[in-house]
Amino acid sequence: MFGKTIEEIRASLIKKEVTPEDLIEEAVNNSKKIQNILNPYVTIIDNPTKYVVDDNILSGIPYVAKDNLSTKDVLSTASSNTLKDYVPFFDATVIEKLKQQNAILIGKSAMDELGMGGTGTTCHTGNVLNPWDKTRITGGSSAGSACLVASGIIPYALGSDTGDSIRKPASYCGVVGYKPTYGVISRFGLFAFASSLDHVGVLTRSVKDAAIVVENVSGKDEKDMTSIDIEKNLVSALTGNIKGKKLFYIKNLIDIKNYDNPSDDLKEILNKFKDTIKLLEEAGATVEQIEFESQLLNAIYPTYVCLSCAEATSNDSNLTGIIFGPRGDGENYVDMIKNHRTKGFCSLIKRRFVIGSYVLQKENQEKYFLNAKRVRRLIVDKMNDLFKTYDSMIMPASLTIAPKIKDANNMITGNNQVIENIMAIGNFGGYPSITIPNGFVNSMPIGINITGKVKDDKNVLNIAYALESKMDYKNQIAKGVDIWN
Amino acid sequence: MELIPVIGLEMHAEMKSTTKVFSPAKNAYSDISNSNVNKIDMAFPGILPTLNKECLEKAIEMSLILNCKIPDLVMFDRKNYYYPDLPKGYQITQSTKPIGTNGKLKIDVDGKEVEILIHDIHLEEDSASLDHYSYYSLIDYNRAGVPLLETVTEPCMHSAKEAISFLDAMKNIFKYTGISDADSKLGQIRCDVNVSMMEKGSKTLGTKVEVKNVNNIQNVQNTIEYEIKRQTDLILSGRKDEIVQETRRYDEITNTTITMRSKVDAIDYKYFVEPNIPPFIIDKTLIENIRKRIPVLPNEKKLNYIKLGINNLEASILIKDKDLSQYFDNLLALGSDIKLSINWLLNQVQDYINKTHENILEIYMTPDRLKFIIDQVLQNKISNKQAKELFNAVLEKNKEPNILIKELGMEQLNNTDELENLVIAILDRSEEQIEQYKNGKTNMFDYFVGQVMKETKGKANPVIVKEILTNELNER
Repeated sequence: MFGKTIEEIRASLIKKEVTPEDLIEEAVNNSKKIQNILNPYVTIIDNPTKYVVDDNILSGIPYVAKDNLSTKDVLSTASSNTLKDYVPFFDATVIEKLKQQNAILIGKSAMDELGMGGTGTTCHTGNVLNPWDKTRITGGSSAGSACLVASGIIPYALGSDTGDSIRKPASYCGVVGYKPTYGVISRFGLFAFASSLDHVGVLTRSVKDAAIVVENVSGKDEKDMTSIDIEKNLVSALTGNIKGKKLFYIKNLIDIKNYDNPSDDLKEILNKFKDTIKLLEEAGATVEQIEFESQLLNAIYPTYVCLSCAEATSNDSNLTGIIFGPRGDGENYVDMIKNHRTKGFCSLIKRRFVIGSYVLQKENQEKYFLNAKRVRRLIVDKMNDLFKTYDSMIMPASLTIAPKIKDANNMITGNNQVIENIMAIGNFGGYPSITIPNGFVNSMPIGINITGKVKDDKNVLNIAYALESKMDYKNQIAKGVDIWN
Repeated sequence: MELIPVIGLEMHAEMKSTTKVFSPAKNAYSDISNSNVNKIDMAFPGILPTLNKECLEKAIEMSLILNCKIPDLVMFDRKNYYYPDLPKGYQITQSTKPIGTNGKLKIDVDGKEVEILIHDIHLEEDSASLDHYSYYSLIDYNRAGVPLLETVTEPCMHSAKEAISFLDAMKNIFKYTGISDADSKLGQIRCDVNVSMMEKGSKTLGTKVEVKNVNNIQNVQNTIEYEIKRQTDLILSGRKDEIVQETRRYDEITNTTITMRSKVDAIDYKYFVEPNIPPFIIDKTLIENIRKRIPVLPNEKKLNYIKLGINNLEASILIKDKDLSQYFDNLLALGSDIKLSINWLLNQVQDYINKTHENILEIYMTPDRLKFIIDQVLQNKISNKQAKELFNAVLEKNKEPNILIKELGMEQLNNTDELENLVIAILDRSEEQIEQYKNGKTNMFDYFVGQVMKETKGKANPVIVKEILTNELNER
């Protein structure tokens, strides 16, 4: 199974060249090895019980879920000390669906605590390392999921994405990261970060695998009022034909002249982006550059911080240590809650809660929180307007390669360069958005992102699929770490 | 200086529904503690609310009854605060767009019609309930997520009487519609009471004091009366500035109110729109369908009763209890005599209910059985006294009255020929008594009636007996 796609593994299973037991053994052994080197797991499940291969394409194939998805009888910590021993008694809808299809959960991946980070260095189990270069971060928050898929151990891993938590680590780790339209995958059982921005999605090594997984776990869920149905033909929509498709990119962010003292990496990433645009044009698509008010672009990051922190401070108010989690010490409930939360959260999270609480305060709400909602609306309106003309937006997923761990900035106000946060637009509008590998700079992978209109996942996937087939990065496996010796 | 009390109420009513408002757990708070709890009620990580349609429809129904404006969108908000009875750390409620705004309700206060203005009515979830002991507290999550309807009035009432009449009227509506059982003994009705004193002629309201969580109607009355006295005393003794904007609580033992927190310590609930329930438009036809199914409400029912010739007092008693009035309606539908029905209902039936505390709609004396007894009296088949005996026997033995009437030998002798023969026989052997009667001892008439009754073991129809006796005696 190592390094194989879902379809390849499926074919082997049907031909009985391998059994699910073989796959589990291989994946678990590899997982244990890689855990010692890259630390991507919170939990490795070495005794999964179901070994059935049936009509379901995902049956008998191992996968990994991010640790903020509720898994019945399996530790689910969201990489937080506040939940370090929490074993849920119910499955998230997405987990339940995979279980029904006899997919095999072999582990829970480490993540930035509660989903609130972009580095993979705020997990309660320690840093997750990049499989291409152990001195670098994976990005986050779906750090372990990206790491494991990039390492070739499993064909797919579930992630979650509130700002770019699937799509940024996908870029840093050289894999595919896809978050479908808001609501396509039920959020029931996903430990909430910011409900209006949270998405469940998937990390894979090919666009087709991403389409396969999402097609099989999508759909309206009566437990999630924001969930929706979309047409169930994501895979069959992958024709590779993008003739006549219209894409745009934001000119002001791609123009090298707008960057002071551009690094060599940056220059190379922008050049590669332009090369990729040419590939699209060769395939018959039109790519135009558009102007996007820099005022709005500059507002993306503060808007994101305001909204996500505000919702997070409320969503995580259930973490009191009273009903679950380690009980705090104290003479009364206030002291107990304070003690639990003070001990449990990393400083980055506390900082977010302070911001969230501040922007929601009566005297500040209008100025910060409500204005942030308005700006979100303006940005979404602008995007929806563009989507009347264009099928999708294409942008670099990042203007850097994965940073060194020692440079990883865990402060919220860390990298507030506009383009580094542009993928949050996909969360503002609930747009389908996918990052695919776009080659290498300095021997590290980079990614390119395609974002389309709501419920138009087919189109977004097909454009990504067409592009992927014109490049050599499909199903690539991290070469930086030789774990097999 | 004349002072006028200004009173506003926030009335919380626990709604009746199959399941809780945002979770599939059973809505049965009084069951064994913590037996009706879902992961959603306890806020385990990853849970999401799903809105219970039944609760929403009942909230819309109440909004229509209170003549409120229904919003264009249904949406919910979060009210954020930490407390051990609130597992999520926030309550889902409605502040941006309550399910009803700007309503009014006409109520009867001592025979005078008063219009109560409704600021808004909104749907929200209840918290868990806490039981405090000396060294620990217990939490019952059965109540967490129970649907609550909160009705907020304008500060438009001016006496405890008005406030109580309003609460009574609301309770009645809740019971009639089945929106809530409105049983304050079970804590299904809880009120926050706002009281201030205004100088007569002035247009500015006095400093408002809020008394939170008053848990039954009697206590609401006590609270208002106490606050009026407390505030009046302070104003009249020149200590007006001691009335501060604050939250107090009612203390049942001392029958006073006690300071909880001042306005400076007011909690900032950091309201924001609940992102997990997407706002949606209410279907106009749904609203119309709900409007159509609003049952006849107490006020309207009372008018209908008065039209039937029932007096104001009796009509008021009948509508006060929904089940009683339902029972009465059932009797009427069977064609039972109105006057006798009311008599029986307000006396024998009520006495029985008061004694046994059974539900009137579940007692063995069903309306058709009661009608049978009433009919026997009406048709002079049994006497009133016998009817009462029969009534008691039916309830005691749980047996049909048409069977018991025979078993108890109550069937009246109405056969004129038979009675005539009996009267003649008695008179034939009572020459002496007839003599006395003719000589002016008219009470001898009752002696003869008594003889007939004795012979028939009381079964003779007294009206017929008297008629025959009169004729026979005249002829002799």
